[in-house]
Amino acid sequence: MSIYLKLIWAYLKIGIFGFGGGYAMLSLVEKAVVDPGWISEQMFTDIVAISQMTPGPIGINSATYIGYVAPATVNPALQGFGWGILGSVLCTLAVTVPSFILVLNAAHFIRRHSESGAIKAIFSGLRPVVVGLIASAAIMLMNAANFNPNGITWQLLASIAICAGAFCLAWFPVKWKNRKIKAHPIFIIILAGIIGLCLYY
Amino acid sequence: MWTLFITFFKIGAFTFGGGWAMISIIEREIVDRHHWIEREDFLDLLAVSQSLPGILAVNIATAVGDKIGGTRGSIVASLGTILPSFLIILVFAIFLTPDVIKNNRVISAIFMGIRPAVVALIIAPVLTSAKAARLRLSTVWIPCVVALMISLDLGVVSSPILYIVLGAIFGFAIWWWPRHMNGKRHRQ
Repeated sequence: MSIYLKLIWAYLKIGIFGFGGGYAMLSLVEKAVVDPGWISEQMFTDIVAISQMTPGPIGINSATYIGYVAPATVNPALQGFGWGILGSVLCTLAVTVPSFILVLNAAHFIRRHSESGAIKAIFSGLRPVVVGLIASAAIMLMNAANFNPNGITWQLLASIAICAGAFCLAWFPVKWKNRKIKAHPIFIIILAGIIGLCLYY
Repeated sequence: MWTLFITFFKIGAFTFGGGWAMISIIEREIVDRHHWIEREDFLDLLAVSQSLPGILAVNIATAVGDKIGGTRGSIVASLGTILPSFLIILVFAIFLTPDVIKNNRVISAIFMGIRPAVVALIIAPVLTSAKAARLRLSTVWIPCVVALMISLDLGVVSSPILYIVLGAIFGFAIWWWPRHMNGKRHRQ
């Protein structure tokens, strides 16, 4: 089967089962595109970083990027502009079309059942699962490719330190002008990039 | 129609982080600035969009577009939301190919620093969503088992979709079962 059909099928599934927002969706995306080898573990992490730094929903950003990269990775004959853009368009449309159709056609159904409490009940079952999905995305990214690509101990320690520091910045608010604010993800990524440049260049 | 497209294009182009960041800006533009729909209707559309899978920002754009201009409106609004991120990412994808990231010494050094930070940025929403889900002793095992099974890579048992479906079924069953039994008792 052509890589394009596989991509469409994968992203249709992501669009249909993507409950719980961008981060929960990441675990579906990772399983769908990294496991078959359409994209490397490192490239996936890089795409997540770029998606966080650019405007727009992470689901759209990653679909566009992965759609561009995957065809050339799987089949060297599909190198180049046109093939990449075709993949981008197909993935982005595939991830949005299912919910587009549902929003237009299922609104009445949702309203009727949300009054009875059925929708609420389903989401009370989904909520703990969504926590697990996001956690699994984080766990799957904690691998050698991301933390220790060259197998050097000091690099592994540096990666762990960057991860711990980034978490502290993202999680603990700092006092600034008498207001408690949390560091913005873009700021954290830029800071980590600068540290990387200083350490590894 | 053109104003609708431009409005959602701007929302797509200038909101970082997606999801909730986008919702508040959509509300301000659609309800407060253009008065296209009432706040009450907007909140209703938001509730419906949240109950459906997919990307929340696109769902709400589709719903608002449909309310304002029917199916054509929904296509215009959702394309407007998608297009900016699509174009920006395309530029990144064209220049930052896997080869460039691997072989350019500056860029590969930058990304080696960034990758562990990305992991940290995903751990933070785990804790936020765990708080929001109000996990109790009776439910806290669910995310643990789900995360473990998915990250273990055991084929079908590790499919995230399986756990989404199971979660939905269990949630529904726990609600439906007592009512069903009560109904039976009443009939007897």
